[in-house]
Amino acid sequence: MTSRLSAIALNTFREAVRDRVLYNLIIFVFLLVASAPLFSQISIDVERLILVNVGLSAISLFGVIIAIFIGIGLVSKEIEKRTLYTILSRPVRRWEFIAGKYCGLMMTLLVNAALMTVGFMIAVMITSHGLKAQDMHLLVAVYFTVLEFMVVTALTLLFSSFSSPIFSAILSFSLFAIGTFSLDLRNFAASAHGITKMFALAAAYLVPNLASLNVIAQVAHDQPVGGALVLYNTLYTVLYSAAVTAGAVLIFERRNLK
Amino acid sequence: MHAIEIQDLSKDYAVGFWKKTLRPALKGLSLTVESGETFGFLGPNGAGKTTTLKLLMGIIFPTAGSATVLGKSVHDPEVKKRIGFLPEQPYFYDYLSAPELLSYYAQLSGVPPAGRKERINSLLERVGLGDVGNKQLRKFSKGMLQRVGIAQAIVHEPEVVFLDEPMSGLDPLGRHEIREMIQGLKDAGKTIFFSTHILSDAEALCDRVAVIHKGELRGVGVVNDLRAATGGTSEVIWQNAQVLTAVSSLVMEPHVSADTVRVTVSRENLDPLLEKLRQQSATLISVTPLHGTLEDYFLSKTSEPEKEGAAV
Repeated sequence: MTSRLSAIALNTFREAVRDRVLYNLIIFVFLLVASAPLFSQISIDVERLILVNVGLSAISLFGVIIAIFIGIGLVSKEIEKRTLYTILSRPVRRWEFIAGKYCGLMMTLLVNAALMTVGFMIAVMITSHGLKAQDMHLLVAVYFTVLEFMVVTALTLLFSSFSSPIFSAILSFSLFAIGTFSLDLRNFAASAHGITKMFALAAAYLVPNLASLNVIAQVAHDQPVGGALVLYNTLYTVLYSAAVTAGAVLIFERRNLK
Repeated sequence: MHAIEIQDLSKDYAVGFWKKTLRPALKGLSLTVESGETFGFLGPNGAGKTTTLKLLMGIIFPTAGSATVLGKSVHDPEVKKRIGFLPEQPYFYDYLSAPELLSYYAQLSGVPPAGRKERINSLLERVGLGDVGNKQLRKFSKGMLQRVGIAQAIVHEPEVVFLDEPMSGLDPLGRHEIREMIQGLKDAGKTIFFSTHILSDAEALCDRVAVIHKGELRGVGVVNDLRAATGGTSEVIWQNAQVLTAVSSLVMEPHVSADTVRVTVSRENLDPLLEKLRQQSATLISVTPLHGTLEDYFLSKTSEPEKEGAAV
């Protein structure tokens, strides 16, 4: 089982690399370099603040875009091009295929985020003339971004398991956007009444809580991230992603592949 | 135990915007294939051949009926280790090279890492791709891709090989090469189930064939028997041209050369003709049964009307 799963994951990763997905790193570097003259115009504290905001937001945004644009084709492309026929005619269980695809895309996102983080930390080091102890919080923010990728990848895979790439992209981007404002949804649910409260509460807990994974503003202001939040976010992400991926498997197990 | 056993297999596809209309693609198909047999599954486009193969591969689920391969359910992973499949007009991961693709499929099929590379190299040699190196599949011709397709289907040395239209879209040379490869599999004792609408290929390779049309099985049997059943005419040659007038109502296409007569006669008129020739003291030279072609059989079966009540 492990061998089959890792083979599918590695092949997914290899496809992303050979399709030059990691070329986005070049754009990321350009973004950081291009914003350097802007930073030099302003005071040293604001310079770092902007760099952290731009750098971490870019890592998150680039990753989410890759997760969605690769994720929407993970299953549908294999069906459309009939490559799936030669996979499922082998001793590969359908859940192994889904899990392998998930791991492969996560591997791509991890490598991408790791390389971006290295570039980003170098930029921080140059701007701040070295690294400080509180800069470790920047890595926590990156960790949360990776957790965000896990959730978005699982959702995209779920949509990809039953709908067309365009529909999957629309659904994934919508849920990502709503999830980013999930705290507002929860606040609204708390203040609502009757049936509206019920619906708002259901929606608030169904959509991914991506707001709590975003600590960019916090770390940009050198505010620490508590261990409890790290634990909560980790557990939440693992459970939410597992539930969504299980949903994708359930749909895919029953699907007739035309 | 049959290598393949299909019982009352049916598949309906839901069509239309609301998916409320059912379109039957396969109607109660039953057939068996024996171990070591090369079995041709013939039918025009849209007959239900690919649907049958997808059902046998567990890619789609039947509406009714069942199928077993090597005595077990087609969904059993143990069975899938022992079968190989080449889909129709296959597309492979074009960013991979042929050795990478085969290595990937070998891993998925449970081929142990030890000796995997050697097996792949020897297989590539066998299918005539020993010199492709690390060229990506996107640079391969259709014929080369089909050879890769055959290679991926047998990389784990399966006992049963399923081929869906393996010669489709190939030029005569490509078709010949694939035919040779299938012949090689046959010689190696593999059970081969292949669908095709190219009858000459089936005629050349198959021990038995089945004809499917509009989702229904129209006939199944040994190729020679089917051809004989379709032909049913004989060529008769005798000496004594004067007798021809007496038997003219029984024969077709008479040709007279000096005193020798050559005619074609239907199965039912053969005995009366021979009787008359004896009575008229003609000298019988030869009686040769004329076999029909598989095409004759195919055309006769695909022109038969649908069975009543067969449609869902």
